[in-house]
Amino acid sequence: MSKIGIVIEREYMERVKKKSFIITTILMPVLMLVLMALPAIIMNYVDSSATTVAVIDNSGVILPELKSSESLTFRPATDATVDSALTRENTDAVLVIPANIVDNPRVGLKYYANGPSSVGTETGITDQVNNIIETRRLKAYDIDNLDTILESVKSNVSLTTVRADKDSEESNSSMFSYAVGIGMTFVLYMFLLIYGQMVMTSIIEEKGNRVLEVVVSSVKPAQLMMGKIIGVALVAVTQIIIWGILLAVMSAYLLPALMPADAMADVTAVQSGNFDQVSDTSSIEIIQAVGMLGDVGHIISLVALMTLFLVCGFLLYSSIFAAVGSSVDNIQDASQLTSLAVFPIVFGFIFAMVAAADPTGPVAFWMSLFPLTSPMVMVARIPFGIPAWEIALSLALLIAGFVAMVWLAGKIYRVGIFMYGKKPSFKELIRWIQYK
Amino acid sequence: MDILQVENVSKAYSSHLALDDVSLSVPQGKVYGLLGPNGAGKTTLIRIINHITAPDSGQVLFEGHQLTQADVEHIGYLPEERGLYKKMKVGEQAVFFARLKGLSKQDAVHELRRWFEKFDILSWWDKKVEELSKGMAQKVQFIITVLHRPKLLIFDEPFSGFDPINASLLKEEILKLKDEGSTVIFSTHNMSSVEEICDNITLINKSRNILSGNVEEIRRQYFGNRYDLTFAGDPRALMESLTPLAGEFNMLDPDAQGRQRLNFHLNDDASLRDAIAVANDAVTIAGLNESIASMNDIFIRAVNEDSKR
Repeated sequence: MSKIGIVIEREYMERVKKKSFIITTILMPVLMLVLMALPAIIMNYVDSSATTVAVIDNSGVILPELKSSESLTFRPATDATVDSALTRENTDAVLVIPANIVDNPRVGLKYYANGPSSVGTETGITDQVNNIIETRRLKAYDIDNLDTILESVKSNVSLTTVRADKDSEESNSSMFSYAVGIGMTFVLYMFLLIYGQMVMTSIIEEKGNRVLEVVVSSVKPAQLMMGKIIGVALVAVTQIIIWGILLAVMSAYLLPALMPADAMADVTAVQSGNFDQVSDTSSIEIIQAVGMLGDVGHIISLVALMTLFLVCGFLLYSSIFAAVGSSVDNIQDASQLTSLAVFPIVFGFIFAMVAAADPTGPVAFWMSLFPLTSPMVMVARIPFGIPAWEIALSLALLIAGFVAMVWLAGKIYRVGIFMYGKKPSFKELIRWIQYK
Repeated sequence: MDILQVENVSKAYSSHLALDDVSLSVPQGKVYGLLGPNGAGKTTLIRIINHITAPDSGQVLFEGHQLTQADVEHIGYLPEERGLYKKMKVGEQAVFFARLKGLSKQDAVHELRRWFEKFDILSWWDKKVEELSKGMAQKVQFIITVLHRPKLLIFDEPFSGFDPINASLLKEEILKLKDEGSTVIFSTHNMSSVEEICDNITLINKSRNILSGNVEEIRRQYFGNRYDLTFAGDPRALMESLTPLAGEFNMLDPDAQGRQRLNFHLNDDASLRDAIAVANDAVTIAGLNESIASMNDIFIRAVNEDSKR
């Protein structure tokens, strides 16, 4: 076995055998699922108390039409003044409706609350009142069968994007793509930062306890650096593959078992492209999302592409981290130089947000080609289904970028690991690169 | 035959010259002392011999040919600041280093078990290095250094951190390795250990080789013809009377009885008998010995003389 192989084996086994690795790898997906399901679970168990609003209706026409809902209860105020109405038991707020509201809606409503009020409550009230006023005004035109007409014109449209440039007529949910893109970007962002710093701290540690001196007497510094980077990259890939498998298993077997039967029928209908059979049109986005989640092949291809970008991006960034680690004596000194690697990662994450919102825009396009930002930005765009040549070009540039960066970092590393004492400046780092 | 020849090696770092035209030859099967004050350039030289850094000019020959990366497998290096992976188990770690030196996994485990038994530390195999004391870790590191039976061993301050019992155990092992045919380069400040085990030395000061040769010869020529005179009386009168015959006077610390001692160098053409006669006229002589030049004295004197130049 070559020496670099022995180094890779050590770096890999040391990390994979750690209890903390095993625990996070298995627990993380479970934790993520729990976090996603938590709001729904809380909603189920916590009975949100309805807001009771006492209404002083000076117009006399609005109050009878106001409909109470689960979260909002209207009742006529028994007192004439706001202050006394507010002091009554079971009253959270008082709504005052002016007399001429129908003719002149601009006079506005007044809402006196005993505590903070929510946006949901406020829009709930204004929407209802607007509806009532509009209906009253329509009625003023004396149209026959107005109620029937109004009922028949009601509409609740949903949007389904079908890619015309794709062979198969697969349905695509933008909402889902957005969520997946952001999710994958976030995974990438975390991996680059966490595993990149892992490379750095492990080099600082080796330098600090002088193991390097012994190792470097049998392995070339460049081999040692590459061995470490590749070993840590394999750890990251191992973790992602395990997560991918767990996710695929959960979405293929767990999801259908958890979803109601009729919803699953809808999902199957969407998956086969028969939108007419879908019974509940209001939740078509969610059904599409579930449909895509259940599409194991799609998930695997997404995870595979993300892994590819993760590995290439990691090789690029970890060599920066390695160069930084080799040039300082302790973590404290590293913080300033670390910004060399951390800033581009954070920028990449921000650009990825922009790209997920506008996946074909110029920012998304160019930033997904630039090697320092491309891993994150590209991963944010991939779920939307972008042309293969763009992915290939981005990958090619990224690979060129990491080859150049590894070469550069190797030069700094070679000198840095034997430099103790003073923290080097950027200028000195550049001089190290020029050493023979 | 010389196993290692360093020829006119120079190495400069950005701010200073670490090695300035250093040459030396290490004979096969001997213990070679590499001496010098802190910062003289010893570690840089060792790194060049280990093929860790390259010299700016000059060359290093190993068994007569230009030193290559492949030769490093025949070198064992114990650095001054010992380093092991703290979180790794002792056995796994030793196997890792052995494999880096070219041993197969099976051979490494087999050889290591033998050594661990010999040092009676087999029970440490599954312990983490951070659980070991400093001395224990040193033993492990020593085994790692010698395990692959290198032709050339480089020990940088091997005795630091060892208690006297373990230090003598280590010394025995080093001499045993020498008897088995290994060559040892031994870098240290501990001059008494140099006298005990080194056959040849090189003294490096301020990046240059200022003294090279066989230990016995150096001791003889460097401090030959020197004497310690124990006396009672006026030291100035003594020195004045001795001046035609001797020089390089040096007052030593008084002996246990509080008597004064003068160290002097007898001129080559003068006789000791004459010197005793004139000294006897000047002061009351209590004793006279030929001074034994310790490596310590040689070290200090050579470095001081070099610094004055």
